[in-house]
Amino acid sequence: MSELNQMSNQAPASPERRRFVGVATAAAGLAIAPGVMLVEVAHGRPEDQAASSAVRWGMLVDATKCATGCNDCVTACSTENGWTPVAESAHPKQAPQWIRKLELQDPLTQMETNLPMMCQHCAEPPCVDVCPTGASFKRADGIVLVNRHTCIGCRYCMMACPYKARSLVHESLNDTQKPDVPRGIGCVESCTLCVQKVDRGDGNTACAEACTAAGHDALLFGDMNDPESEISKRLRELPTKQVRADLNLNLGVRYHGI
Amino acid sequence: MASITFREVEGSSLKYWLLFGGLGLFVLFGALAWNHMHHYGHVVTGMDNQIVWGLPHVFAVFLIVAASGALNVASIASVFNKPMYKPLAPLSAILSLALMLGGLLVLVLDLGRSDRLIVAMTHFNFKSMFTWNVFLYSGFFVLVGAYLWTMLDRNVKTYSKTAGTAAFIWRLVLTTGTGSLFGFLVARELYGTAMLAPMFIIMSFAYGLAIYLMVLAAAYAWTGRTLGDAVMMRLKTLLVVFVAAVLYFVVVHHMTNLYFTKYHAVEAFILRDGGIFTTLFWVGQILIGCVVPLVILLSKLGTQRTWIMVACALVVVGGVAQMYVTIIGAQAYPLDMFPGLIESSSFYDGVVHSYAPSVPELFLGLGGVAIALLVTVFAIKVLRLLPASLDDATVAKLEH
Repeated sequence: MSELNQMSNQAPASPERRRFVGVATAAAGLAIAPGVMLVEVAHGRPEDQAASSAVRWGMLVDATKCATGCNDCVTACSTENGWTPVAESAHPKQAPQWIRKLELQDPLTQMETNLPMMCQHCAEPPCVDVCPTGASFKRADGIVLVNRHTCIGCRYCMMACPYKARSLVHESLNDTQKPDVPRGIGCVESCTLCVQKVDRGDGNTACAEACTAAGHDALLFGDMNDPESEISKRLRELPTKQVRADLNLNLGVRYHGI
Repeated sequence: MASITFREVEGSSLKYWLLFGGLGLFVLFGALAWNHMHHYGHVVTGMDNQIVWGLPHVFAVFLIVAASGALNVASIASVFNKPMYKPLAPLSAILSLALMLGGLLVLVLDLGRSDRLIVAMTHFNFKSMFTWNVFLYSGFFVLVGAYLWTMLDRNVKTYSKTAGTAAFIWRLVLTTGTGSLFGFLVARELYGTAMLAPMFIIMSFAYGLAIYLMVLAAAYAWTGRTLGDAVMMRLKTLLVVFVAAVLYFVVVHHMTNLYFTKYHAVEAFILRDGGIFTTLFWVGQILIGCVVPLVILLSKLGTQRTWIMVACALVVVGGVAQMYVTIIGAQAYPLDMFPGLIESSSFYDGVVHSYAPSVPELFLGLGGVAIALLVTVFAIKVLRLLPASLDDATVAKLEH
């Protein structure tokens, strides 16, 4: 500190230095401003405010509208969250898949059903129960996540998940990583309901946006606790099912047409 | 009661150091295997997002289960007051600690982030069976360590029974915890049953005793000490009871599943259509692991030392096969999310998952076995764990 004082006493501020400080301040202001503006514009949740249990984020999947051969939701998820599509992976069996298209067929009636399968964001998630470090956790707003700082890669959650929703990152990640979607080798990951978009205030997930853009409208994201939300209204009208309802896990993803 | 002289193994012969070096080499291979897996990630293993627990878990769980069982002999001596077993107790305790160490090392070195072990030691979720096991395993080291101390130090000998009883109860809870790692899993058909906890306990009795008998016989044969038939025959009979009990539990487990239609497909997979898993079940677990050892031990062959050793080795081989079927077989069968429907996807839904263990996985597992044996070999050199003689006359005196 005394050295610094000495330096400032000896060397009076030069005009160049003043200009630099001015430019730097302006640049910093410019860099921060859009972020501040974005929060205000989109009404996202401020970082210092905890997620609220008044909200329960969830999704309605209308399997009757889910198109055969369409993979738009999967592609959108991969693009938004930065995981390599399985078709491009050198190790497909070890490649993470946050969402996948599942094709079902009744062997007796031959009836075929298409639907996307991903983390079901259980209210009673078995993955959270079994996680030794608490890295697997459920946010107050119902989103089930993995804390990448405390995940030790034991894969017990993968053993426990009835939906095969989780993947281990088996190898070093390439440069497709997204700044707001932390991922890492040796950690487990799964669908986050696009938590970064939700917290930003986008009000939708990448998969649901892609499904709507493709004109299928098979995916509807929203707050299941808000009786006035679109998803709550539709859930009241449409008969829906939970996958493996026998486990009584109270899922955040509900299916129509299965 | 006659007193027994315990003496260290001299451990200066070429044979001793060859054994020591050989085991050390496998420990080194294990360390290199871990380094390889840690550097490149699990991509270099045969494990994937379908078979998430592979060969290292087979070795780790087997060693942990066997560790608990290796304490049998010590427990019988102190908890159930059988003087004949008392001289056998120190080896039983050290072997149990060594096997536990080997198993745990394999388990933690197979973590996706083995560098974050400290996180597992500082962040706990008490609803997780894994967290419970962290405490059960740590407590096991403390209690069995204290128990061993009471056996070796005359000053604390009076606490031997208390320490032995505590260790006995603890290891029963511990193996309940190990079995419950699988028993508490709701997603897979072959898990999610309370049956797994007692089944793992009885398996631990059999595997642990088989390993103990082999180590005991080898230690006495290779050091030229006398090991009488009285000890061997008594322990052999005990092994018969344990192996028969394992068979009983396995039969009851599968018979119960076979009664329920919803389990027919997964049972058909393990018992009939599962390829390698079916072979490992019938030939490995049932035939090699149970039936053949029972035939050997109950027939006239069972009176010969060599055949008892063969039976023990078969029980161990069968035990590894059992772990492979229990851990990997259950994962190979696809999750049944939509019962009655045929599922297919890019994520291998609805198909039987294949698994080919890689070389690093094998050597990581073998490294765990090697470290367990290395610790035992070193311990009997530096500690007075083995009686100088266990001939029939000495043992007979103990009983009176």
